[in-house]
Amino acid sequence: MANYNLTVNNKKIRVDVEPDMPLLWVLRDFADLKGTKFGCGMALCGACTVHLDGQPARSCQTPISSVSKTTKITTIEGIGDGKLHAIQQAWIEEQVPQCGYCQSGQIMSAVALLKEKPTPTDEDIDSAMSGNLCRCGTYDRIRKAIHRAADTIKVSEKGIGKN
Amino acid sequence: MENIKATRRDFLKTTGLTSFGLALGISSFAKDATVKKIIPAILKLEINPFIVIDTAGNITIINPRPDMGQGSTQAVPSLLAEELEVSLDQVKIAQSDGKDKYGNQTSGGSSSVRSLWEPIRKAGAAAREMLTEAAAKRWNVPVSECSAKDGAIVHNPTGKSLGYGELADDASKLEVPKNPKLKDPKDFKIIGKYNKRLDVPERVTGKAIYGLDVDIPGMVYASILHSPSLHGKVVSIDDTETKKVKGVLKVIKTERPMPHRTSEAVAVIGTNWWAALKGKKALNVKWDNGDLEKTISTEKYFAETYQAAKKEGINYEEKGDFSAKYAAAEKKLEANYETPFLAHAPIEPENAIVHVKDDGSVEIWAPVQGPDWALRDVCAYLKVAPEKVKINVTLLGGAFGRKAYHDFLLEACHLSRELKKPVKVIWTREDDISQGPYRPGMLSHMQGFVENGNITGYHHHAIGESIVGQVFKGLKSDEADPWLSEEISMNNNKYSFPVASKISWTNVKTDIPIVWWRSVYASNFGWGQECFIDELAHLAGKDPLKARMELIKDDRFKKVLETLAEKSAWGEKLSEGQGKGIAVFKSFDSISATCITVTKKDLGVTIDKVVTVIDCGYYVNPDNVKAQTEGNIVMGITAAIKDGITFTNGVCDQSNYHQYNIMRLNETPKMDIHIVDSGANPGGVGEPGLPPIAPALGNAIFAATGKRMRKLPFDISNLA
Repeated sequence: MANYNLTVNNKKIRVDVEPDMPLLWVLRDFADLKGTKFGCGMALCGACTVHLDGQPARSCQTPISSVSKTTKITTIEGIGDGKLHAIQQAWIEEQVPQCGYCQSGQIMSAVALLKEKPTPTDEDIDSAMSGNLCRCGTYDRIRKAIHRAADTIKVSEKGIGKN
Repeated sequence: MENIKATRRDFLKTTGLTSFGLALGISSFAKDATVKKIIPAILKLEINPFIVIDTAGNITIINPRPDMGQGSTQAVPSLLAEELEVSLDQVKIAQSDGKDKYGNQTSGGSSSVRSLWEPIRKAGAAAREMLTEAAAKRWNVPVSECSAKDGAIVHNPTGKSLGYGELADDASKLEVPKNPKLKDPKDFKIIGKYNKRLDVPERVTGKAIYGLDVDIPGMVYASILHSPSLHGKVVSIDDTETKKVKGVLKVIKTERPMPHRTSEAVAVIGTNWWAALKGKKALNVKWDNGDLEKTISTEKYFAETYQAAKKEGINYEEKGDFSAKYAAAEKKLEANYETPFLAHAPIEPENAIVHVKDDGSVEIWAPVQGPDWALRDVCAYLKVAPEKVKINVTLLGGAFGRKAYHDFLLEACHLSRELKKPVKVIWTREDDISQGPYRPGMLSHMQGFVENGNITGYHHHAIGESIVGQVFKGLKSDEADPWLSEEISMNNNKYSFPVASKISWTNVKTDIPIVWWRSVYASNFGWGQECFIDELAHLAGKDPLKARMELIKDDRFKKVLETLAEKSAWGEKLSEGQGKGIAVFKSFDSISATCITVTKKDLGVTIDKVVTVIDCGYYVNPDNVKAQTEGNIVMGITAAIKDGITFTNGVCDQSNYHQYNIMRLNETPKMDIHIVDSGANPGGVGEPGLPPIAPALGNAIFAATGKRMRKLPFDISNLA
């Protein structure tokens, strides 16, 4: 066992776990952050997606020993900064989730995409979102919700500009 | 803190009103209370099993159908709220626990709305009438002067009102009306209207609690090594390396109880699941596979189905002497259509927490589709009385039929009983994909003939392992599977062939565990039925849509097909290399038809667009009908062009999503969904969109390329 100091959703936490334990299980079972999901354990489905310094990463394939204490880990619980993120709002407007189990991962991938490309094309969405499986088949709505969130962010930024 | 009055009004009574019977009395919450001396601050009153109103005015609606993504947390409470005259944001929704008073509680067979349409609305209407009567008595005015509105009873002439909480105590003492008046559909405020699902916010913020997310104090975790050949026997267990893993507590021989047989397994118990999983990977277990390497084989199974196709099956129904007419026919066709075994592969793997306690009682937290079935299975397995078992149903992270099969739950029962601790079993994705249960692979042997340019004879011989037989041990050797009636019977598909028609069945058995998968046999036999109708149409020189319009004797089917023709612009001129295919299928009392457009590309085709029309009768939320249909399009295409499950030498060839691929976002075609408002009794919504998808695709490929696809799955990029 070893001690690890982590920065999760802007909070410092300390865990005592085996070095090879994936970040996914550290978050779920040692930091009590259950929003990040286990789906495949092989980085094939994307349900475990979190951000490491803003970049989407599959936490089921990220050993805790590879995460430095300065790395900013962001999970679904930390994405909205206390309120709903534009992506989450768009997900509600488009009524994206069915079972919802994969949606934490979908949303983390979508948030990272919009940071990188504020006005993504369908092709951008295809390439950023195809690592996240949804067995309920909500893909069509995910695509629409990302476009909607992009529009919302654009409008609110214009609003800020005018002020 | 709320105190609950523990005195019991002993007037539990039932009426013939519903299949559940409306029970009146103090709620189960009160019965469970151990306090006897406390004066009530808040009294919780069970107006009937589905409605609890407390004296502070809080209303709880009990949803008897677990939510696996099909929207039952909105659909079922909406039925009740509509009649109770409350909006869903005024009430708390709780999940039923499997007890008898809630009746059938299994999410399956697309049954939530269609089977609860009347009884749950009546439960709401009865409560509304009782509350109205209580208010009229309080005011000493005629009931006819009072009406229910937004959780209160209003005295119309004076405008004075009383909240349901203020009336609950009085109402609970009244007779349950035997025949409460249901609202006229034209007065519906919730049913049939677009409403956002109120639990979506928790599903986008990580707050929704699925089975995998539950923690119980003192629980240990289990990862279970299942027999690679499904039913091998444990010869020896070498756990030397496992015991070196930090966090591993114990290695224990255990079992996987399935309906048709119980298999041996080895569990690794850990203080956390990662440790248990690591320990499992370090195990060295020797298995005695007996002859499983020969018997557990999908190649062998399908070879037997093709052999069976050469023989007569057991008749399910026959009109005219099909065999004689077929033998004599000049223009005829014969073809076999194959569908593979499929895993459900919900993204949330199977998991359950069970605590078999010292006092013999049992508490369970699990994502199960039916708490009533789970209760029955747990009671039978642990030999305990239902009163001793408490089931807490969580949200389900997908299920598609899988989580109504309780092997994972009974594994946790076994381990908790042995270890005398709460145990959380979590399956890996590899367990999920390589262990089953699966949709059975099936073969449709089709025959048909054409006379004077018309399709006049048709035979569908359905061949494969029976769910009724394997799961319920309920199929006699001389009997055709009775579930064919709701899938491919002539009464269901409404096709009418003037000369002769026959539906027959042959049971080919396997020990590969099977169970229902989204749309049950319809996902198998729809492929044979609808592609073969297309083949016969071409043989008769008819347009496939026109041919169906001629054969189908049913106005609702015709309306669906006409709508599909219009919405898909059927008959419009296509671009070079394009082709359109259609299919129609009725399942779970709903009719769904699909048109798919494809374009030739290199050695295969690409899917340009999917148009689906559905007539599901009355529905609760049109947006949810569309959402479920979108899901069916994706799952239906996945079943056609992604991976099937195969077993070679006793072992599953697929283990995770890299070998059992499911459709991804970049592969999702454009889709367009239309609802036909027939005003018929509600049909299913969760499944009926799926069966037409694969055959519409197969028929489109034929139209575009001239190549007839008969075996699923196929590689859409290389049809050569």
